Amino acid sequence: MFNYKNTKEKLIELFFSTTGILTLLILIGIFVFLFVTGIHTFAKITPTDFFLGEQWNPDAYGTPKWGILSLIIGTLMIAFGSLVMSIPLGLAGAVYLSEIAGSRTRELLKPAIEMIAGIPSVVLGLIGILFLSPLIANVFGLSHGLNAFTSSVIVGVMVLPTIISISEDVLTSLPNEFREASLALGATKWQMIRMTLLPAALSGIVAAVMLGLGRAIGETMVVLMVAGNSIAMPTSFFSPVRPMTANIAIEIKEVVTGSLHYDALFAIGLVLFVMTFIVNFISDIIVEKHVRKYRW
Amino acid sequence: MKEKVKIGFKDMGFWYGSKQILSEVNLKFYSKKITALIGPSGCGKSTLIRCINRMNDLVPTAKIDGRIIYNNEDIYGKNADVIELRKKIGMVFQKPNPFPMSIFENVAYGLRIQNMKDKNEIARIVKKSLEKADLWNEVKDCLSRSAFGLSGGQQQRLCIARTLANDPEVVLLDEPCSSLDPIATAKIEVLLKKIKREKTIIIVTHNMQQAKRISDYSCYLLNGKIIEYSKTENMFTHPKNKLTKDYLDGRFG
Repeated sequence: MFNYKNTKEKLIELFFSTTGILTLLILIGIFVFLFVTGIHTFAKITPTDFFLGEQWNPDAYGTPKWGILSLIIGTLMIAFGSLVMSIPLGLAGAVYLSEIAGSRTRELLKPAIEMIAGIPSVVLGLIGILFLSPLIANVFGLSHGLNAFTSSVIVGVMVLPTIISISEDVLTSLPNEFREASLALGATKWQMIRMTLLPAALSGIVAAVMLGLGRAIGETMVVLMVAGNSIAMPTSFFSPVRPMTANIAIEIKEVVTGSLHYDALFAIGLVLFVMTFIVNFISDIIVEKHVRKYRW
Repeated sequence: MKEKVKIGFKDMGFWYGSKQILSEVNLKFYSKKITALIGPSGCGKSTLIRCINRMNDLVPTAKIDGRIIYNNEDIYGKNADVIELRKKIGMVFQKPNPFPMSIFENVAYGLRIQNMKDKNEIARIVKKSLEKADLWNEVKDCLSRSAFGLSGGQQQRLCIARTLANDPEVVLLDEPCSSLDPIATAKIEVLLKKIKREKTIIIVTHNMQQAKRISDYSCYLLNGKIIEYSKTENMFTHPKNKLTKDYLDGRFG
């Protein structure tokens, strides 16, 4: 017997499971593509040369160099630098929005901060080139301001809305009982924030930071424009660097498809993928541990 | 014997915005006694108790009139220190509200706020407070576990221990047993009678039997006004006001 209602239910179920599985397949597909293409590299270049080699020079006559250490360090420097800037600022902003600002200020400020996330990164890159880098060159007495420090600042600004917005959501969602309990014991507002709210919100804050870190590692346009693009091993935060993302973007348009250089760029992409995966994995562990300890 | 007055309300009125919650409250809470505030829901009992440790300050539209005198000082006076006041007047809430921390840290919280660094001293006070709250024997082996693993009644006793760690003079309890079963409630009642020897206790309850069982004085509130205030035994045997009698007889509320 034909049952209309049952068939409809089945169709809806089918639709959702298809989209769900499709998303998963696309993700797996991307990884497999990256992996299969990238892994070829290691048939010709040893992992030691690849990861620990300090020189990247695939076009050199005679003996091309395939070391990506300076690129990895460039990426890590910018990721680290941007977090050093955006974690304290982001936390302060989140605490201000959720605990100190009045409701009208919050309603005005929060969307404004979230709008920063909507600024195209190329625009931020332009601001970096035109305004920030001359300023930094002046302040620190450098010949030019395109370096790891400048791009850390810009990437930090990009990461800021993520950290503020998620941390603020987490803080706001904490039960009011925590605040009351703390104040009723004679805590000042600052003690309440520091000793009760921030620890209680830690897992969410870690998640926010990790999301920001993922973005900082993956950011391409800004670093392409502002980081200086030098493949030399950086010696300080004011050295021009070339993060992995920028390297892929610069070179992919010049390589012959299927060549070793082409494969090597995909291997770099694979490394990026693994890095973000590890970041997510670690944050999951932290969050899980914390949640288990302080469930409410 | 003349009782010592710990807290006195003088012509106190209270508003949320333009809505008057309490009016013409004149009350005396006696030292080392349990005073129960009874009355139907929404009569202003919780608001009244929250005026004593100024928790109502958190509501931006709150407005207060008259005076509340504690240790000969107006707690809403110009020089009043809210932080000090809340250390001296502890509060236990309706719903058990332990912090998302270990059992030990929950009790130590007040001490950490006061910047106590001496680990042995902290451990000593935590133990003493848990003992006073009749919880020590149940938790002494799992002090580092999350407070959320405790049962509702244990959590509420933990909250009492947390308050006692501050060594307050007054303990306010806002319907502390409303979410607990009869056995857990009985434990808290026993405990309150014990604490009474050292502290002044003010308890909001809508359980009249509870008020009768544990309190020395009872105060009946209706629509933000005090209808009757007397020794509990007198109120429950010979209520002076007809409204009180109706409420106690279960004809109202």
